[in-house]
Amino acid sequence: MRLVLERRESTPVALQVASPLLAVALMMVSAVVVFAALGHDPLHALHVYFVMPLSDAWGLQEVAVKATPLVLISVGLALCYRSGNWNIGAEGQFLMGAMAGSWLAVATHGAPTGAWLMPSMLMAGAAGGALFALVPALLKTRFGANEILTSLMLVYVAELLLDWLVRGPWRDPAGFNMPQTVVFAREATAPLLFGEGRLNIGTPIMLLVVALAAILLGRTLKGFEITLVGQAPRAARFAGFSAARLTWTVFAISGALAGLAGVLEASGTVRQLQPNISPGYGFTAIIVAFLGRLNPVGCLVAGVFLAVTFIGGENAQIMLRLPLDVTRVLQGLLLFYVLACDALLLYRVRLVRSLLA
Amino acid sequence: MTLFEAIILTVITASTPLLIAAVGELVVERAGVLNLGVEGMMIMGAAAGIAAAVVTGSSGLGVLAAIGAGMAMALVFAALTLGLAANQVAAGLALAIFGLGLSGVIGAPFVGVQRPGIGKVELPFLSEIPFLGPILFRQDPFVYASFALVAGVAWFLARSRAGLVLRACGENHASAHALGYPVLRIRLLAVLFGGACAGLAGAYLSLVYTPFWTSGMTAGRGWIALAIVVFASWLPWRAAVGAYLFGGVTILQLHAQSAGVPVAPQLLAALPYLITIVVLVLIMRIRRAGAGGGAAGPQSLGVPFVADR
Repeated sequence: MRLVLERRESTPVALQVASPLLAVALMMVSAVVVFAALGHDPLHALHVYFVMPLSDAWGLQEVAVKATPLVLISVGLALCYRSGNWNIGAEGQFLMGAMAGSWLAVATHGAPTGAWLMPSMLMAGAAGGALFALVPALLKTRFGANEILTSLMLVYVAELLLDWLVRGPWRDPAGFNMPQTVVFAREATAPLLFGEGRLNIGTPIMLLVVALAAILLGRTLKGFEITLVGQAPRAARFAGFSAARLTWTVFAISGALAGLAGVLEASGTVRQLQPNISPGYGFTAIIVAFLGRLNPVGCLVAGVFLAVTFIGGENAQIMLRLPLDVTRVLQGLLLFYVLACDALLLYRVRLVRSLLA
Repeated sequence: MTLFEAIILTVITASTPLLIAAVGELVVERAGVLNLGVEGMMIMGAAAGIAAAVVTGSSGLGVLAAIGAGMAMALVFAALTLGLAANQVAAGLALAIFGLGLSGVIGAPFVGVQRPGIGKVELPFLSEIPFLGPILFRQDPFVYASFALVAGVAWFLARSRAGLVLRACGENHASAHALGYPVLRIRLLAVLFGGACAGLAGAYLSLVYTPFWTSGMTAGRGWIALAIVVFASWLPWRAAVGAYLFGGVTILQLHAQSAGVPVAPQLLAALPYLITIVVLVLIMRIRRAGAGGGAAGPQSLGVPFVADR
């Protein structure tokens, strides 16, 4: 007896919506098992993880704050993955953007600045992320070097560069030797939306990016090109689309978005640069992109969900003493389930009772 | 022992986990499967290895647990990519993220636990040879295992019938299937072998290299192992060259740091990653110039196989 996959002629729309939901449901079931295995009341842990973050205004604000970088990065990654470019180094591009933008904040600290500073920082952050992402794009198009490995190696390089900056040249002289920069001046921090909390202009920027990306993919020739190159490279070549140029474009866009997320995190949420500025946003965004079915609006929904797991994980760490790694376990499991459920969209799974294939 | 001997010895210890993991992944890729989850399987091996060794008090059981953990991770990957024909790149990434998280949970109770590492095994007479003796024949069992692994895999792939069938699955799975070979079963065995190797490499890190547990202690070695496979043009002997090259860079960087080279330690620490990138570029240039760089990889690499009847 064995499983046989049969390719589907077409996928019902209902299944396409049901598949990510099924993956989330399976992750919840697994979460119960994980919590029980770690000796916690599963229902209480589930409540802490998935309900508490959504149960008051402060929690909702924090979810939006965490969802912002996840969605920004994942929209860029979705463009990359759609076109068959495996950018795995968003974490590095995020850190590079944070560094490039923060450079202005650190350099102008204590000097008279003005309203020009914040927009310049955002642009510098996006440019820093984009330039860093163009390295694997260049190595791929010029030399054929595998972009998965090169973009990933650059994550470690960015981490070490950040570590060097905040321990060395950019360290706050009055910071008791802590590896961090000065707390940014008011002109160098992203304006808050409400008087209190941490919700800042990053979130509306993120929503704008989602809308623009949805228009790009759904309504423009470029969007069609991205999907065509990914799904049918030969047909795309006959249509006159250059895969190499597209690689440059999608890497630049996704790097810029990751860099923008980085500078927004540094200037809006953390308000200084420190080594652990990212709890792995760049890697979690990969899961967001797949859970969102490589669709900008899907990424928005998926990003909010994974933001909940981050906040829930922090709550669980404080209230239940559950290690933060449990969140990564659940996120990894979620990606497994997303991939497994997607297989059900492409194939019909049948149980065959014969020994002959 | 001279300084030169000491440096070579540390290069061997730094290279061994890279070599073991790379040879495992090489077999997986020759069967046509791209498993990017080496980092996840490796760190699970490290965590399971030290956990089992501390709980049972036996390093041997620790090694077995590490191999088991690597294979269990590989089985999850196989279920997704072979059973459900899921995207191999995404499934490998999921394996890496999941493994980094789960190893942190498993390893948490063992942070700061000190235990004696696995000692060296001296071969009688051979270890007495000047210079070569201490370097080649006064090593821990993992080093001997890595040598045996390279020789065994090289023989298996190039000379054995089963190796021929495995390579056929990697080059053209449709033809291999048409000839009646069970493509998915062969790939499953290859993926499990890769998992066992990655687990063993992880055990080396937590039981020998730094005999204690720290979260994320693989530090990208699993990814470097993947780069070594590309560097090696999917040939076991060249994987050994690659692993020792990267091990050498790691050690050089450590020695430069302790010697007080006036360069930021972070820059030196970034060297292995930067050199990985440079080597990947150079190897592609050489290969494109057609100067005997070897094949561009198995033809069916990364393509899911679905038997259409």
